Amino acid sequence: MARAAVPGRLNWLVATVTATRDETATARTLVLDVPGWPGHRAGQHVDVKLTAEDGYSAQRSYSIASAPDGQRLELTVQRIGDGEVSPYLTGVLAPGDPLELRGPIGGWFVWDPLSTAPVLLMAGGSGVVPLMSIVRANTKKVPVRLIYSLRSPADILYAPELSERARVSPLDLTYLYTQAAPAGQPTGRISANVVASAAWPPDGKPAIFVCGPSGFVETAADLLVAGGHDPASVKTERFGPTGT
Amino acid sequence: MSGIISRGFSGRRRDGEKLPPGQYLETGFPVLSAGPTPPVRTETWQFTITAETGDTAARWDWQQFMALPQESITVDIHCVTKWSKLGTHWRGVSLDTLLDGIATNAGYVMARSYGGYTTNLPLPDLRGGKAWVAYQYEGQPLHPEHGGPARLLVPHLYFWKSAKWVTGLDLMIEDRHGFWEELGYHDYGDPWREQRYQGD
Repeated sequence: MARAAVPGRLNWLVATVTATRDETATARTLVLDVPGWPGHRAGQHVDVKLTAEDGYSAQRSYSIASAPDGQRLELTVQRIGDGEVSPYLTGVLAPGDPLELRGPIGGWFVWDPLSTAPVLLMAGGSGVVPLMSIVRANTKKVPVRLIYSLRSPADILYAPELSERARVSPLDLTYLYTQAAPAGQPTGRISANVVASAAWPPDGKPAIFVCGPSGFVETAADLLVAGGHDPASVKTERFGPTGT
Repeated sequence: MSGIISRGFSGRRRDGEKLPPGQYLETGFPVLSAGPTPPVRTETWQFTITAETGDTAARWDWQQFMALPQESITVDIHCVTKWSKLGTHWRGVSLDTLLDGIATNAGYVMARSYGGYTTNLPLPDLRGGKAWVAYQYEGQPLHPEHGGPARLLVPHLYFWKSAKWVTGLDLMIEDRHGFWEELGYHDYGDPWREQRYQGD
């Protein structure tokens, strides 16, 4: 197991928002310039801290969406309606504003860009964010399959970029729409059939990354293990404000 | 720490709420695991304490474990991913009971889990009514997602120290890193001192 690139203290850094980009009606990408950023590996996240005028502060973790690129960092934030931090990040924060963060955090859910094993990515909703970092970091064009479960086509993050990357690189996309599918396509959920048809078979020893709400991750990981994948090859990251 | 003010941020705070720094109140019970949930059956479950010499100091199967004195526990829990949950109810066996009668010079413990997870703790943090092996949560058998059939419960430290699917403790003279500690997380993990990562 590789050691994380966090030899000393993880200091709070002051980033500057250089641009914002709406990915869907409820998700926004923050493009940040982070002086002192030590670099990251695809799949890692940061802790973000907001501080009110009276000194009250709140922290949350957000996945990095961008490939390693100097001190430039992109976070994609899904707005949670009653959230404390995400409505601010997706609605108030604007280019030119400072933002405190520290990282990179998480040395397990990372993809090794020197690995030549095929990659299987399984995303539930905004769990696609750290997986997008892997897709973007794949400059050597290792074959990647992305199985992306989401409510409806309007919720797809990075839709045009994923389509373009699928056109020009060995990226296979499988969208599963749980509530509303485009005309002529059925709705569906992750299942043994989906794993059997859309995932890499276990004998190809794929590197597997599963990220999403806990229920999705639990189901997907169980299906992969039942389908013959080595549990040790399945890396998971769960998120979500709701428990199980 | 710097004091950069987030323009237009007021936050949401609750009067009288006593949370460690950087934590927020959670009413659900989020899951955090690095991989698939390992299937663990009580028929084959074992809990082993290994001495610093490598010898087995004590071992229980599920039946023997359930025959030990049981305690009801009400505690607050704090996850390093920022959520805290107050007043959670558990049943389990105190580590004081499990460690009783074991002579050791060890200062540290590596908790071992089914599925390969490990985490390191100072031995004194497992004694004195501060730690349990818990098998019941809110009156129900502990769900596999949350570490069932049994997990470590060390609520005064961040919750990754409360190893899910625990199957044993290795007593150690010298401290070594467990799974998350090797990946940059803090060796001790006191939420009140916000010891999230190495160097905090």
